[in-house]
Amino acid sequence: MNKTKSIVLGMALVSGAFAASSAMAATTLENVKEKGHLQCGVTSGLPGFSQPDEKGNWTGIDVDTCRAVAAAVFGDPKAVEFTPLTAKERFTALQSGEIDMLSRNTTWTLTRDASLGLNFAGVNYYDGQGFLINKDIGVDDATQLDGATVCIQSGTTTELNLSDYFRAKGMEFKPIVFDTSEQTVQGFSAGRCDVLTSDRSQLAALRSKLADPESAKILPNTISKEPLGPVVRQGDDQWFNIVKWVLSVQINAEELGVTSANADDMLKSDNPNIQRLLGTDGDMGAKLGLPADFGHKVVKLVGNYGEMYDRNVGPDTPLGLDRGINALWTEGGIMYAPPVR
Amino acid sequence: MKKQTVDSKPAGPKPWYDPRVRSLFFQVVAIAAVFWAGWTLVENTLSNMESRGISTGFGFLEETAGFGIIMSLVPYDATMSYGRTFWVGLTNTLLVSVMGIIAATLLGFLIGVARLSSNWLVAKVSLFYIEVIRNIPLLLQIFFWYFAVLGALPSPRQSIEVGGTMFLNNRGLYVPEPLTQDGFGLVWGALLVAIAAVVCIRIWAKKRQLATGQIFPTFKVGVAILVLLPVLAYFVAGSPLEWEVPALKGFNFGGGITIIPELAALWLALSLYTASFIAEIVRSGILSVSKGQTEASKALGLSNGLTLRLVVIPQAMRVIIPPLTSQYLNLAKNSSLATAIGYPDLVAVFMGTTLNQTGQAVEVVAITMAVYLTISLSISLFMNIYNRAVAIKER
Repeated sequence: MNKTKSIVLGMALVSGAFAASSAMAATTLENVKEKGHLQCGVTSGLPGFSQPDEKGNWTGIDVDTCRAVAAAVFGDPKAVEFTPLTAKERFTALQSGEIDMLSRNTTWTLTRDASLGLNFAGVNYYDGQGFLINKDIGVDDATQLDGATVCIQSGTTTELNLSDYFRAKGMEFKPIVFDTSEQTVQGFSAGRCDVLTSDRSQLAALRSKLADPESAKILPNTISKEPLGPVVRQGDDQWFNIVKWVLSVQINAEELGVTSANADDMLKSDNPNIQRLLGTDGDMGAKLGLPADFGHKVVKLVGNYGEMYDRNVGPDTPLGLDRGINALWTEGGIMYAPPVR
Repeated sequence: MKKQTVDSKPAGPKPWYDPRVRSLFFQVVAIAAVFWAGWTLVENTLSNMESRGISTGFGFLEETAGFGIIMSLVPYDATMSYGRTFWVGLTNTLLVSVMGIIAATLLGFLIGVARLSSNWLVAKVSLFYIEVIRNIPLLLQIFFWYFAVLGALPSPRQSIEVGGTMFLNNRGLYVPEPLTQDGFGLVWGALLVAIAAVVCIRIWAKKRQLATGQIFPTFKVGVAILVLLPVLAYFVAGSPLEWEVPALKGFNFGGGITIIPELAALWLALSLYTASFIAEIVRSGILSVSKGQTEASKALGLSNGLTLRLVVIPQAMRVIIPPLTSQYLNLAKNSSLATAIGYPDLVAVFMGTTLNQTGQAVEVVAITMAVYLTISLSISLFMNIYNRAVAIKER
């Protein structure tokens, strides 16, 4: 009797594996709607990008990218649940369907795009790799770092860029690789390494976390291109389009001067570009499988790209990052979105 | 009643009532189900990965890795392949495991015996050690040894010096590296001769003891031969050894051998933690030998040391070996906590960086699991062979 029972149980388990694979057949949008919330993968804590505040509310530019998608789908930016992930876990979490989208300062590279079964849905921050050094070592430029010990976070493009840079310059280095960015900072402040390397935006954030931020400084060198953006699974073009165009709507909204404050007034605008953006003309939403007014919801509830930037990483935040190349193309930057039409 | 019915029907019960047929049937079904489940899982995984555009296969092992690793026992640089990073990680894991097993065994035996000491202070200090160490999570201990000890050490420029040749700072312990010159082969040759001589002496001494009862001081003579012969050869060959002393270059020391703090912290934590368990195992083993055995050997005139070495320990080993094997297995597996402090072991290098740069999660995790399984099964195998050697021979 016991044997029969265990066999039946075994069969149930195996068929469970089948059931799991067939459940994936539904589109991501259907799944998200059925769950009633968006499951979004973020960092486990990186100021300005994704970090929970004292009350447990997630904030940051990556978090807002998720909230914008939730606003487009549900008309509610709070219909998001966040999954904190380390750099090592992030792609597996997305591939396995644990999360619906990944918005975790992830660099867009050919290998990741082509071999992981993922699609990058755009860029929400143009970054580059830099060095944070202890002032004591008396270095002003990265070319003087020969022989340095470097703390890095595991599983990042940073690890590869670092090695490339030192090799190209004919210099040597000793890498100390940690799992999370907290441990990396701990290692740096414990004096285990001379240099901490990461994306420049993160360096500012990590420096602000040090016990004595004045003891460290960021070198002027930028050694790589790091376009960061949201990622979705390959093979669901509708969902890919949704995430891509929600971000584009935010960038276009800034260009057209639509903000969360004036979104309602702009509904009466005569500008056909704004009408299409906010859904008063044309039926852009239906083409994506979203409500007609999704653009209005995104801008009103989350804000345009500029608002998102200023709120989280801009000059008035602890990170204090200038727009730089992240300014709109009309203002000397490279932030450029295809038109909504 | 039932028995009678069976006996009266020589044709036997119907096949589905026959316990042998029934158990055979269920075993076949169970095996088929297991194989079917395994095959389905593999098949499902492969087809799902393909339909999602995730590349599969082991081709990535040939690709250039392009990242640096701080410590490696096999030659490695960033231009080598991902396959090479596997060997780097594996050798680093084996290094810390072997070092840990040796240290934990020595320390564990010492503390286990001390725990039984008739000296109150020694016994209580051992008890205190065991109870404190084995009740604190290992990961916390690793962090303690890493961050607490690291924080206490000076920066490279204020290194603690030992005779101008050894340096200790928060980048590690730097010791001179011996570089063998021409003629050093003579020393190795002398060492081999010495080992052979000691083995011969031991055989001869045992024979003589059996024949005449006279005891030859094999241990003392053996040590003398093992030390003197190579030293003699060393000077005969004209001191063919040079030392590369580490020196401060730029930010850090260069040259010599570096023991990185990650290795030291992990090794310390693993050894101290496992030693506390081994100590208890040793204590239980010694206590399992009945007091009569000790009294009997004393009655035969054996000294305390000989009683322990010839009577108590061999019998205690029978109780100690099986749980000791589990501790060795635990230590080898616990070494994967290295990833928390940046020691480049198999999990950190291969299942960390390599997995992430290639995205081949299924393949990399499968390889890593297979490796840990192999390491653990090998330890088990050796310990079982040893266990068979010391077990009671029932005739």
